[in-house]
Amino acid sequence: MAENSENNAYWSANKRIIGISLVIWFICSFGFGILLRPMLAGIKIGGTDLGFWFAQQGSILVFLVLIFTYAAKMNKLDKQHGVDE
Amino acid sequence: MDQFTLNLIVVGATFALYIGIAIWARAGSTSEFYAAGRGVHPVVNGMATGADWMSAASFISMAGIISFGGYNTSAYLMGWTGGYVLLAMLIAPYLRKFGKFTVPEFIGDRFYSQTARTVAVICLITASLTYVIGQMTGVGVAFSRFLEVDNTTGLLIGAAIVFFYAVIGGMKGITYTQVAQYVVLITAYTIPAIFISLKLTGNPVPPLGLFADAKSTGLPILETLNGMLEDLGFAEYTRQTDTTLNMFLFTVSLMIGTAGLPHVIVRFFTVPTVADARSSAGWALVFIALLYLTAPAVGAMARVNLIDTFYPNGTQSEAVSLDAIENSESLDWVRNWEQTGLLAFDDKNGDGLIEYNGSADNELTVNRDIITLANPEIANLPGWVIALVAAGGLAAALSTAAGLLMAISSAVSHDLIKSQINPSISEKGELMSARVSMAVAIVIATYLGLNPPGFAAQTVALAFGLAASSIFPALLMGIFSKRVNNKGAVAGMIAGLAVTVVYIFLHKGWFFIPGTNSFDDSDPLLLSIKSTSFGSIGALVNFVVAYVVSNASDEPPAEIQELVESVRIPRGAGGAVDH
Repeated sequence: MAENSENNAYWSANKRIIGISLVIWFICSFGFGILLRPMLAGIKIGGTDLGFWFAQQGSILVFLVLIFTYAAKMNKLDKQHGVDE
Repeated sequence: MDQFTLNLIVVGATFALYIGIAIWARAGSTSEFYAAGRGVHPVVNGMATGADWMSAASFISMAGIISFGGYNTSAYLMGWTGGYVLLAMLIAPYLRKFGKFTVPEFIGDRFYSQTARTVAVICLITASLTYVIGQMTGVGVAFSRFLEVDNTTGLLIGAAIVFFYAVIGGMKGITYTQVAQYVVLITAYTIPAIFISLKLTGNPVPPLGLFADAKSTGLPILETLNGMLEDLGFAEYTRQTDTTLNMFLFTVSLMIGTAGLPHVIVRFFTVPTVADARSSAGWALVFIALLYLTAPAVGAMARVNLIDTFYPNGTQSEAVSLDAIENSESLDWVRNWEQTGLLAFDDKNGDGLIEYNGSADNELTVNRDIITLANPEIANLPGWVIALVAAGGLAAALSTAAGLLMAISSAVSHDLIKSQINPSISEKGELMSARVSMAVAIVIATYLGLNPPGFAAQTVALAFGLAASSIFPALLMGIFSKRVNNKGAVAGMIAGLAVTVVYIFLHKGWFFIPGTNSFDDSDPLLLSIKSTSFGSIGALVNFVVAYVVSNASDEPPAEIQELVESVRIPRGAGGAVDH
C-alpha cells in the first residue's frame, strides 16, 4: 500500500511537470508562431517580425530546452521517489 | 572531370560505406533484427533516429516547399520538431518500460485484445506505406538528376536500390549505417547553405544569415526577398496567406503524427533504460534541429538565387533570354533539370525572354522538390558540393525508407503472422515473411510513387495525419488513462483512421489515383481545412469515440490497470541486451 501511494505521488509529480512544459510548448509554437503573431507584429527582427522568428526558429530552440529540462527533472524525481533503475 | 562522373564517385563512395557497415553488422537472430539487441547509447541512438527521421521530405523537399510558401509553410518546421517534445514526455519512456518489440504489441496487450492489435497493424501499414510513397517521390527526383535520366526511370532505379538495401540489413545494420548516413546528410545539407549564406549576407551561420542584411541591397535579406517577389507579382515571403485555422490544425497534425509514427517510436525501444529514452528524444532533436534551423535559410536564399538567375539585372529589368538558357554555361543546371521533366520553360509570348512571375503569363515552372538539390548549382558552387548534396539526398531517402520498411515488415511478420496466423512459425520463416512483406510494400509504393499525391513533403504530411488520427491517441490513452478499454480503443482507432482516410481520398483521389477526387485542397470540403491538416480532426474523433464507448462499457480488468501502473514507473524495466 505504501508503495502504491508513493507511485501515485510520483505519477502526479510527473504529470505536473509535463503540464507546465506543454503550456510553454504551446505558447512558443502555436501561440507566438501562429495565433499571437499579429500582436507581436510591432517587434521587428531582421526584416520581419518576432512571430516569424518564433515560427521558423525560436520554437525549435525552445523545444530543445524543454526536452532536456524535462529529462533532468525526471531523473531527479525518479531518485526522490526511489523508482530509478 | 565532368559533374556526372563526380556525382557517381561521391555517391558510389557513400553507398560502399553504408553497405560495408550493413554487411559487417549483418543481423543474426530475429530479436537482433527488430531492435538491435537493445543496447544502443542515447547519443548514438539520437543520431540514428535523426537519420531515420530526416527523410526525402526533410532533406530534398522541405526547403523547396518553404522557398515557395514562405511563412505559410512554418508548420513543417514547428510540427516536425515539436512532436519530439510530445514523444519525450508522453510516449517514449513508458513504451520503453513496457519493453516489447513493436507498437501494435503494446496496443494489443494494453487493450487486451487481438482485434486492437490487428487494427493497430492496419493503421501502421496505412501510415507507413503513404510515407514510403513520399520517399519514393524524393528518390525518383534525386536519381533522375544524378543519373541524368527522366523521373520515372530514376524512380525505378531508386526502388531497386531501396529494396536491396533494406532487405540485406536488419535494424542493427541500420542503426550503425544510419549514424554514417546522418553524418553524410548533415554535411551535405549545411555546406552549401554556409557557402550561400556567406555569399549573400557575409554571415557563415545560415540561421543567422536569414535575419542578416543582404550584401547586394544593404537591407535585411527577407525584406530584399519580399521586394523582389512583390515586383514579380508573387505574395510576400513573410506574409500569411493561408488561414490561421489551417496552419494551426496542420501543425497539430504533424506534431502528434510525429509522436505516433511507429518507425520513430521503435527507436526508443533500443536504448538501455527509461531515463535514456527521455534523453534520447532530446539528442534526436539536437541532430534534427541542425537541419531544421538551416532549412528556412536554404529556402529563402534559394528563392533569392533563383530570381537572380532569371533576372540577372534585377527584378525591375529584363528577364533572362531564351538564348542564354539554351547556351550559357552558367545555366547548365536549367538544361540538366529540364531533362528530368521537373523544370520546364516556354517562351509563350515569343519575345525571346523567359519571364518568371506570379501572373498567368509565367513562363517557368519549377518542381519544388528540386530546390534543395539544384540549390548549389543555382548558386554556382563547386562540383564536389553538388555531388555531396546528391549523396546526402539519397542517404536521407534511403535511411527513412529502410526504417519504414522495417516497421511494416515487423508488423506483418511479428504482429500478424507469428502472433495470430501461424504461432509455430520458425525463426527463419518469420525472417522470410518479413522480407516478403518489405518487397510487397516497395512494389506498391513505387507504383503509387509514379503518380504521387503531392510533392514529397506533402505526401509525407498525409502519412503524419494518418498516424496522428489513429496510433497517437491509442498510445496516449493507453498510458494516461486506466479507464479506456478494449472496445473504446478499437472503435476510436477505426473511427479516427476512417474519417481521415476518407477525407484524404476525397481530396487526393481514391487510393491516390489521379482524377478520382471530388474536392481540391484549394477549396476543401470543410472550412479551410486541407487534407494534409485533417489528421488533427481525425485524432479528435478518435479521442471522443474512445472515451464515449469506454464509458458505456466495462472497466478494464484489474491486471490491465496494474499494467498501466507499471509502465508509468521506470523501475524494473527489462534489460536492454538480454531481453
